[in-house]
Amino acid sequence: MDAFTDPTGLQILWFCLIGLMFLGYFVLEGFDFGVEMDLLALGRGSSSRRSTMLRTIGPLWDGNEVWLIAGGAAMFAAFPEWYATLFSGFYLPLLAILVALIVRVCAFKYRDKREDAAWRGAWDVLHVLCGTAPALLWGVAFSNIAAGVQLDENRWVTSTLGELLNPFALLGGLVFVLLFWLHGTLYLTLRTEGAIRADARRLAAVLAVPVLLAGGAYLLWHQLAHSGTAVTWAALLVAALALGAVLPAVRAGRERLAFAATAVAIAAATVQLFAGLFPSVLPAANDPALSLTVANASSSEHTLLVMTVVTAILLPLVIAYQAWSYWVFRHRISGDEGPMPGTAAVAGLRRRYRDAFEQE
Amino acid sequence: MEALDLARWQFGITTVYHFIFVPLTIGLSLLVAVMQTAAHRSRDVERADAWTRLTKFFGSLLIVNFGIGIATGIVQEFQFGMNWSEYARFVGDVFGAPLALEGLAAFFLESVFLGLWIFGWGRIPARVHLACIWMVALGTTLSAYFIIAANSFMQHPVGAMLNPETGRAELDPSQGSLWAVLTNVTALAAFPHVIAGAWLVAAAFVTGVAAWHMVRHHNRARQEGLETADGAAHERQARTVFRPALRLGVVAMLISGALLAITGDTQAQIMFQQQPMKMASAEALCETQEGAPFSVLTIGGPDAFAQDCSSVTHLIEIPNLTSFLATHTFDAELQGVDDLNAQYKEQFGESVTDVHGTVHEADYRPNLFVTYWSFRLMIGLAMFSAVLALWALWITRGRGEAARTTGSTAFAWFAVLAIPMPFLANIAGWVFTEIGRQPWVVVPNPDDPTIRLMTMQGVSNHPSAMVITSLLVFTVLYGILAVVWFHLMRRAALAGIPLPRRDESTDELDTPTLSFGY
Repeated sequence: MDAFTDPTGLQILWFCLIGLMFLGYFVLEGFDFGVEMDLLALGRGSSSRRSTMLRTIGPLWDGNEVWLIAGGAAMFAAFPEWYATLFSGFYLPLLAILVALIVRVCAFKYRDKREDAAWRGAWDVLHVLCGTAPALLWGVAFSNIAAGVQLDENRWVTSTLGELLNPFALLGGLVFVLLFWLHGTLYLTLRTEGAIRADARRLAAVLAVPVLLAGGAYLLWHQLAHSGTAVTWAALLVAALALGAVLPAVRAGRERLAFAATAVAIAAATVQLFAGLFPSVLPAANDPALSLTVANASSSEHTLLVMTVVTAILLPLVIAYQAWSYWVFRHRISGDEGPMPGTAAVAGLRRRYRDAFEQE
Repeated sequence: MEALDLARWQFGITTVYHFIFVPLTIGLSLLVAVMQTAAHRSRDVERADAWTRLTKFFGSLLIVNFGIGIATGIVQEFQFGMNWSEYARFVGDVFGAPLALEGLAAFFLESVFLGLWIFGWGRIPARVHLACIWMVALGTTLSAYFIIAANSFMQHPVGAMLNPETGRAELDPSQGSLWAVLTNVTALAAFPHVIAGAWLVAAAFVTGVAAWHMVRHHNRARQEGLETADGAAHERQARTVFRPALRLGVVAMLISGALLAITGDTQAQIMFQQQPMKMASAEALCETQEGAPFSVLTIGGPDAFAQDCSSVTHLIEIPNLTSFLATHTFDAELQGVDDLNAQYKEQFGESVTDVHGTVHEADYRPNLFVTYWSFRLMIGLAMFSAVLALWALWITRGRGEAARTTGSTAFAWFAVLAIPMPFLANIAGWVFTEIGRQPWVVVPNPDDPTIRLMTMQGVSNHPSAMVITSLLVFTVLYGILAVVWFHLMRRAALAGIPLPRRDESTDELDTPTLSFGY
């Protein structure tokens, strides 16, 4: 089918729904990744401190991850050509993501199955690695989707791995890592108390400015080079304002507001990346006529209609019981040992916490 | 090796590995739900205490097992796109829907409620906590249903038509659409068979672990002396904690065993109609025959590992049994592998073009050796469980005061060694049904063969080196995880259940809470 046929209403709806599922994944799993990164940044070499941090996401991370599974499956059902081209074309990055996700599940489930410190320490190292790597790789992958890849007539991606690791994509990866780190740190301010909460606040204040700068630069780059519509300008503006609000909110002790701000920023950035694609779903950088679009990559109208009916029934239900589980686990996790002298993971970073604290 | 073979090996290894853990998760989540229900409903304090301890014990094992099932499941969804992109393009319109349903209806359910069940004790009412484990059990079962429905479309496509314009399969409203895919007779027959197989795995697991500890406590009680406090406590542990668990396992084994036989029989008959080649291969039935026998032992010549029929010799045969299995009549005519192959060549062509545009000579026979033996292995290994169930039933016979426990270490060892058998039977069953499906990835429906795709036409266009990389990565990673899983399962299973203690002043049992927070 021609790449430039007008999409139907259902095709647009499903493009939005898949965007929504990835949005859900990034906003929810984003803070899980961030908390895992904080095991290193705020762990202070204490296993029990790290246990406390992990307990804040223990009951929730798995449900958060399902947004990815649902998004991937929805892509398969609604846009099989997109799914097939993307997943086969990004083979090695996805392999790396899979390895990280697999090990990460085991880290969650197996870390506390034994008491000894070496066992837990090893899983904590894996937590940090496997919480950071997917954030980085999703950033790289989505930047490449946004910027477009080389496609041939068979709809096979011909870009090499080297080409996928371009500066724009690497900046995207960095921004995803930083943004999720900040998001997770702010989540800790909401779900812990005492020293961890105080440390998380300080770290959030330190991270807020680099995230604003890197995130703003990345989104602006995307806007100027790969998008440029009014909708994406609006999303960019929302993301920038939200990121700008983080530091004042943290300084004012408004933890909920600060967390909401990073959530909005992640959501707005996802909207910008997806809306910037439309009407393509995977632009061909070599020849726009080869692009996969909402119109030419989708399932039949009938399949989309059936899936719409099913989703309309199931999705509200899912959101309802997942929201309820968040309500059940809304309490702060204690069990903190208080500040203790630990090995600083990043010495410079630590100094800057103190500076930030003194400013406050 | 070609990228096609590598991709097949990778899918085989990752899927078989995934399905070692999944049946245990499906079956054990149900059995743990039954245990927690018993704990919740028992009026008797001691019984409630015993079932609570059992829930906690088998619940911890369930959690260890759950993790690895989730972890290896993500790979499955990605792999259709990564390694089988041309297959994904061809069937995405139909096949994607049950997968998406699985995500929306099953995965959210099991993961959210598993989180609530593990961490929720004390934060939600006990009844709601109990409902959570039932939701988990429901989620795992639903997940199996949707994936079986998807798999059944590959075995027997229904509800869809071939769009000549795009060359892809599409859901067809005039043939029942998604509803037809979800109520595919192939799926309705396979689902109870797979679920019964999963129950058997979990039932044998519970039986084996409970038998081990029952025997241990039985013997400890006699070592200490039944009249001593410690001896009495061990006796009680054997009699009121592990014996009921063992009996629960045995009952579940008997139910699932009967269900397996019935559903297996139904499935075989359907398969003879829908995929005659698969069933002819399962019997190594080379030529068309009336009143076909069922062979128990067969040897082949030098070509036995290949598709060659000519050197196969059946040594032990049960006359007419295969015809009976196929149609429930003893003298039905069944088509042989060679005749079917000739027939398919006429119908589907002498040659086939793969994704790279290379033309191959068509051969519509699956690997006879693997198909034949995996079918027998599946049945034989499941039989092993029947022996355990009957022995366990006998050795723990009696009711009330006369209820027996045993100190037989031979029984304990047999029960433990019987644990892997249903796991292996499950693997053999899947190897049979998927290898028997070859060379098709979507087998043509005999009633309307327009929707069909051969495996070599479904694979992604990857260089071999790339697929070797992922194959190695998965194999090594999965190997390490298997060691970790086994270590933790063994440790948790051997830890057993702490003896109940009564508080002297209040006369209350120290029943544990059902908080699993890790």
